[in-house]
Amino acid sequence: MIDVFRSEWTKIRSVRSTVWTLAVTAVLMLGFSALVSVAAKNMANGPVPGSQVIVSSLTGAMMASIAMATLGVLVISSEYRTGGIRTSLMAVPQRMRLLTGKIVVLAAVSLVVCLVASAGAVGVGVVISQPPSVEMGEVARASLGSGLYLTACGLFGLGLGTLIRHTPGAIVSAISLIMVLPTVASQLPGQWGRTVAEYFTTNAGLLVVSGESRGSLGPWSGFAVYLAWVAVAVIAGAVLMRRRDA
Amino acid sequence: MTAIRATHLSKRYGGTVAVADLSFDVEPGQVTGFLGPNGAGKSTTMRMILGLDHPSGGSVLVDGRPYGELRHPLRKVGALLDAKAVHGGRSARNHLLAIAQTNGIPASRVEEVLEVVGLAKVAKRRVGGFSLGMSQRLGIAAALLGDPEILLFDEPVNGLDPDGILWIRTFMRKLAAEGRTVFVSSHLMSEMAQTADHLVVIGKGALIADTSMSEFIGRSSQSYVRVRSPRLAEVADLIRVGDLHADHLRVTGVTPLEIGTITARAGLPLEELTLVQPSLEAAYMELTKDSLEYSS
Repeated sequence: MIDVFRSEWTKIRSVRSTVWTLAVTAVLMLGFSALVSVAAKNMANGPVPGSQVIVSSLTGAMMASIAMATLGVLVISSEYRTGGIRTSLMAVPQRMRLLTGKIVVLAAVSLVVCLVASAGAVGVGVVISQPPSVEMGEVARASLGSGLYLTACGLFGLGLGTLIRHTPGAIVSAISLIMVLPTVASQLPGQWGRTVAEYFTTNAGLLVVSGESRGSLGPWSGFAVYLAWVAVAVIAGAVLMRRRDA
Repeated sequence: MTAIRATHLSKRYGGTVAVADLSFDVEPGQVTGFLGPNGAGKSTTMRMILGLDHPSGGSVLVDGRPYGELRHPLRKVGALLDAKAVHGGRSARNHLLAIAQTNGIPASRVEEVLEVVGLAKVAKRRVGGFSLGMSQRLGIAAALLGDPEILLFDEPVNGLDPDGILWIRTFMRKLAAEGRTVFVSSHLMSEMAQTADHLVVIGKGALIADTSMSEFIGRSSQSYVRVRSPRLAEVADLIRVGDLHADHLRVTGVTPLEIGTITARAGLPLEELTLVQPSLEAAYMELTKDSLEYSS
């Protein structure tokens, strides 16, 4: 299995598009943090409380989630686009081994980059806003939550890419599921509609970034719900990958 | 041991039959040509050999096992399917490195195969900018990474210039001479005539012939024995099965030795006794004329 990990790492690091999407993620996190923190500071009369600084400095997570999902899509769809998937499967004919290799390497790379970017974003926010006090435990939880959330977005993209195999189709689906449909779901009427909206992908997933609770979901239970969405996409992709001709 | 064994291999896509009940063996130490018109099912068969497409029926074994069960497949089998099926943004070296790592092949081997195919100088260049000839060489480098005993090439000379064609042809002959199994598909007869020792011919997904090159040409009804003699009429009477022409007799289905033996017993002098064989091209056209997917 370690052989496949090494190969997938070589693939990720040796192509510009994947390196770029990771860079965009980091830039979005840091940039949004700076932008929102400056704006918040200018609007507030008096010092901004520490907990609010942390939340607003992670505003970029919404945008960065699309960059990460794109990275996840590209990890597999670029192989289907070029036909390189056949070369990969000739080398690793056990398809689940290949997919596992992609999942593990993408998750590891994403986690490192997103944790650093998230912590950096909080740091930028704190430096700009200069809150009277910052609780380090809260900083760590928020950075960890944001890093995990963005990593999950990458895996969501990988699942959709495996399922759909076409880059544009998979990216559009990812944007719909991560950004568009959660907003649409929030417009659903009644108690039933509210529950659907609560459990809908990033509506649940973003709770771990903000540290808030909404309805019956807290930060970690919300993240668990989001992981379930990701798992469905990955498992559906895996089943089809096994069954379909390459 | 038989390198590749297909047994009643079939592949259907919806209602279309791509490969139908195909059985053949590919043996080591020779170049086996896999021949058929475009759309005959050659590529589909190759993909099934490599475990990429699932057969609808039958099976195909590589070195006695399904491809998917090989532990380090690249050390056993190397294949070039589509030379342009690479990520254009990756350098030649990284492309090969990612493949090598999956099978525990050391990075030093990447440098070796780059040297073998003559791409060492462009190893750092992005493969998106490679010409077809260079891509073909890169594909062959990938196939050679694991120093495999069995090599598959799908239409390797398509779109190549004469230099490239000669290079690949020589290369395949060399691999076979080393005792490896070389299985190469083509729709170009003339190409096969100069490369292959053995032929597996298919049309519309079904087997047409599985014979040695010489047998394939000889078996065609267009091969005949030309007999000339000062006493031609007597010879014709004796042989009986021939077509009598003005100055020679044309005999099909009887070997020159048989004719020579019969006429010698009768004491008839012969002026000429020649086995006339059609070109491989002609033999192929005759055999596949009923199985062309699209004929003009």
